[in-house]
Amino acid sequence: MMKIRSFLKFAALGAALVFFLCGMSFGAEQVAGEAVKSSMPWWAWPLILFVVTFFMGIVAVLGGVGGGVLFVPIIGGFFPFHIDFVRGAGLLVALAGALAAGPGLLKKGMADLRLALPVALIASSCAIVGAMIGLALPAKVVNIALGGTILGIVAIMLMAKKSEYPEVKQADALSTALRINGVYHELSTGHDINWKIHRTPKGLALFIIIGVMAGMFGLGAGWANVPVLNLVMGAPLKVSVATSKFLLSITDTSAAWIYVNNGAVLPMMVVPSIIGIMLGSIVGVQILAKTKPAAIRYMVMGLLLFAGTRALLKGLAIWN
Amino acid sequence: MSNKLKATEEQISYAKVLDFGMKLGLLVLVITFIIYLTGLLPPHIPTDDLPRYWGMSVHKYLEATGIHTGWTWLGMLGKGDFLNFVGIAFLAGVTILCYLRIIPILFRKKDTVYGILAILEVLVLVLAASGILKAGGH
Repeated sequence: MMKIRSFLKFAALGAALVFFLCGMSFGAEQVAGEAVKSSMPWWAWPLILFVVTFFMGIVAVLGGVGGGVLFVPIIGGFFPFHIDFVRGAGLLVALAGALAAGPGLLKKGMADLRLALPVALIASSCAIVGAMIGLALPAKVVNIALGGTILGIVAIMLMAKKSEYPEVKQADALSTALRINGVYHELSTGHDINWKIHRTPKGLALFIIIGVMAGMFGLGAGWANVPVLNLVMGAPLKVSVATSKFLLSITDTSAAWIYVNNGAVLPMMVVPSIIGIMLGSIVGVQILAKTKPAAIRYMVMGLLLFAGTRALLKGLAIWN
Repeated sequence: MSNKLKATEEQISYAKVLDFGMKLGLLVLVITFIIYLTGLLPPHIPTDDLPRYWGMSVHKYLEATGIHTGWTWLGMLGKGDFLNFVGIAFLAGVTILCYLRIIPILFRKKDTVYGILAILEVLVLVLAASGILKAGGH
């Protein structure tokens, strides 16, 4: 009974968010495919942005996703800001979150520097390429590709399995040469677990694609980092999640510089978003300590499905 | 997430620089944004005019506002909006400082491969930050 009530509460919250976002998209009228007219005073949008990113921060923590993956499709789809500025802000939001989480994850040894460094070099180099491609493409093409990517992320969230301790029978030659391994002390069982990785060349190759997509869409890339580190390369789930978060601080740095240097950063968008999502994350962590409603993950998927469809239809000029 | 793993010397050093840099960057970001909002320094783009520009593509926005790309914002720090780029650039630059901190540690430990990887990463990030790479128009 409690589960049904909890589910209904979050379903109602999700529905309210969707209606709110729809209302905002009608409040910002698209004109001639580029400039957007709004009847509201200038300060209303940054204020709404702050409030929405605050709730986004809560939902992101409870739903187990990064802020960037929610930020770009939702803000890009329902606010009057051009997708160029949204992606620039999205990267900085994801970067700020990763920078804030990084020190704790490294100090506690949950994120692994030896695993992260080679991956980061590939992903950050490719993120530069992705950012340059993204800024060179017309908005409608970016929206279509973004919509497709977001719908793909929903599919990954629905289907991808996770493996707490993937079985790695033998480390491959490259990871052995780079000495990428570690000792994992599992408190719940009291066992020390030695971990190593395999399929390193394949995993590194996948980070070429992840880097390009991270730079192109400004999404952050935890949704792709974790499955590759965990399922392809065989790193334990907790190491994969922590290393992925830390990786974003490097990958997004390179892409963020391209957006900053090409003028695609508006402080009036960036600062309220960073502060809003960080405050929301703090509240989200406190809520998470008390309860972990499974329904929230479905709500996040529902929101992404809606925002991804919106981006796709916006790109196809069906829903402006 | 309560598991304990052994953190290496370079990992701890990286974390310390990151922790300090991130906190300082966020503090600067908040302070400069307050200066921007309160109008203590006049912005380059009046806040009332912002809605005219934020719906434009970045290329049209740059043309319409006469803003130049790259590090030209350094010469516009007297403007409230551009002052915010100090905090933004600091947050985007702190990772470079972290890498610079661990390079000597890696070479001292004769971890040459990772030392070279760290140098290459610094070069990649410096290239991205340099402003040399320009995106094409659309």
